[in-house]
Amino acid sequence: MIVFDQVQKSYQVGGRAIPALQPTDMTIETGEVFGIVGHSGAGKSTLIRLINLLEPPTGGRILIDDEDITGYNPARLRDFRRKVGMIFQHFNLLSSKTVADNIAFPMKLAGTYSKAEIRERVQELLARVSLTDHANKFPSQLSGGQKQRVGIARALACRPTILLCDEATSALDPQTTQSVLNLLADINRELGLTIVLITHEMDVVRRVCDRVAVMDAGRVVEMGPVSDVFLHPKHPTTRDFVFESENIDDEELEQDLAKADGRILRLTFKGESTYKPLLGSVARESGVDFSILSGRIDHIKDTPYGQLTLSLVGGDLDIAMKQFEAADVHVEVLR
Amino acid sequence: MEALLSNVDWTEIGWASWDTLVMVGMSLLFSVVIGLPIGVLLFLTGKRQLLEQPVAYAVLSFVVNVLRSVPFIILLIVMIPFTVMLIGTSLGVAGAIPPLVAGGAPFFARLVETSLREVDRGIIEATQAMGASVRQIIFGALLPEALPGIIAGVTVTAITLVSYAAMSGVIGGGGLGDLAIRFGYQRFQTDVMVITVALLVIFVQVLQMVGDRLVLYFSRK
Repeated sequence: MIVFDQVQKSYQVGGRAIPALQPTDMTIETGEVFGIVGHSGAGKSTLIRLINLLEPPTGGRILIDDEDITGYNPARLRDFRRKVGMIFQHFNLLSSKTVADNIAFPMKLAGTYSKAEIRERVQELLARVSLTDHANKFPSQLSGGQKQRVGIARALACRPTILLCDEATSALDPQTTQSVLNLLADINRELGLTIVLITHEMDVVRRVCDRVAVMDAGRVVEMGPVSDVFLHPKHPTTRDFVFESENIDDEELEQDLAKADGRILRLTFKGESTYKPLLGSVARESGVDFSILSGRIDHIKDTPYGQLTLSLVGGDLDIAMKQFEAADVHVEVLR
Repeated sequence: MEALLSNVDWTEIGWASWDTLVMVGMSLLFSVVIGLPIGVLLFLTGKRQLLEQPVAYAVLSFVVNVLRSVPFIILLIVMIPFTVMLIGTSLGVAGAIPPLVAGGAPFFARLVETSLREVDRGIIEATQAMGASVRQIIFGALLPEALPGIIAGVTVTAITLVSYAAMSGVIGGGGLGDLAIRFGYQRFQTDVMVITVALLVIFVQVLQMVGDRLVLYFSRK
C-alpha cells in the first residue's frame, strides 16, 4: 500500500519556490493498477518520481507498507528502490549492453544474485516478454514495442512489489500500445504487482486501470474507480480528458439535445446489464417511444459498459424509470 | 632519388620516429590515466549532476582552463623546473613527457566531460531507480555508454600530442620535431623537413583511422 500524507514538492528556481505538487493525500492499494492522468506540466511526472524518491518531497510523508520512506538513509533507499521497478517513455535502455545484459543489469547492481541465478532469471523474463530470440541483440536493433518489453523485463528482474510506468506507451503506435498494456495487465494479474502509471491518454486508463487520479496544475482534482470517473466525470479537466478520448464534441452534443423532443435521459449500463435486451421491453411495457441521440459502448478494463442518451416521448415515464433502475441501469435525467 | 634526398640519414629518421612514438605513447597513457578521473569529476560536480558541487567544479574547471589556455610552447618552458624535479632532466624523450601530459591531460579531461554529458539523462535516472550507488552509475552505466565518445577523445588527444611532441623539439625534446628543427630548419636541409613532415602526416592518418574504427566498433546506437 502506498500512502501519500500531505506530500508536496516545490522546486527552487532563481531563489523562488515553484510548486509542482500541492499538498496531496492519496492511497494506492496493494495489487491495483492505479492511473494518474494529466496534461504535461500537471505534476504527474513529479508525483510518480516521489514514490521511489527520484524526487525527494519538500513536505509530508510517503508510507510504503506503513513505513515512512522519506527518512531512509542512502543505503536503505537503494535497497528499497530494488523493490520498485520503473519503466519509461523513452525506454532508457543502455545502448552499450545487449537485451540480456540490460535485463541482468539490476540484478548485477544488487550484488546478491549468483551468475547462475541471473542467467536463469533472464531466460525466464525473456520468455515472459516474448523476446527469447532477441537476447543477444542491442537495443538499437529493436522496435519501440520490443524496447519497452525489454524495459518491462528489466523492471521485473529483482521481483519488485511495485511497478512505476512513466508514460510507458506514449512513444508507441496504437497497436504496440495495446500489446504493452496487455502485458502490463497480465503482470498485474499473475504477479499481484501494484502498478502506478501516468499518462495523458484517458484511453490507457480505461483499458488497464482500476482507479484513477486526475491531475491539474499540481493538484489531484478527481480520484476514484475508473468506471465512476470515466462514466460520470465531474471536474472540467476530467470531462475534457474523457470527451477527448471518446471523440465527443461537447457543443455539438448540446445542439443535438436541444433539437430533441420529450424527456432526455442518460442511461449507463455496466457489466451484466450491458447484455440485457432492455430498451425494447421497457418501450413495450411503459408505452414510451425512444430515439437514441448518442451512445458509446466499450470496455473499462474487463467490464463492458454502454452509455446511451435517449429522448423519450409519450407513455408512462415513471414505469420506464422504475424498470431501468430495477435492471441496474444508472439513470440521469438531463432534461 | 639519391640526390634529391642527399641529406636524409634513414637510421636517424628511424630513431627519431621511434622517439616520437614513445613520447606520444607514454604521454597519451598518462594523459588518459590522469585526465579520465578529472573529466569524470568535472562531469559529476557540474550543474544539476549527481554530485553537484559548485565550488569544486569551479576550482577544477579553473585549473583545467589555465593549463589549456597557456600556449603549449610556453608550457614547455614553464614546466622545465618541474620536469627536472620530477625526472632529473628536461631534455630528450623523458624530459618531454611531463609537459606533454600537462598539456594533454586537461585537454582529454574536457573531452571526457563533454562525452559524459551526451549520455541520455534518462539512462542515469533509470540506473538510479534500480538502486545503483553513484560508483555503480559511473562504472556500470556512464562510462560504458560514453565509451565511443571517450575513444574519439583519446584519438583527438593522441593527434594533439603528436603535434605537441614535435613542438618539444624546440627545447631539446627529441623525436621527429627535433630532427625537423635541427636539420630541416637550422641547416636548411629541406629534404629532411619534407620527410619528417610526411612521416608525421602518416602517423596522424593512422591514428585517426584506428580511432575511427574503434569508435565504430563500440557504437551500438
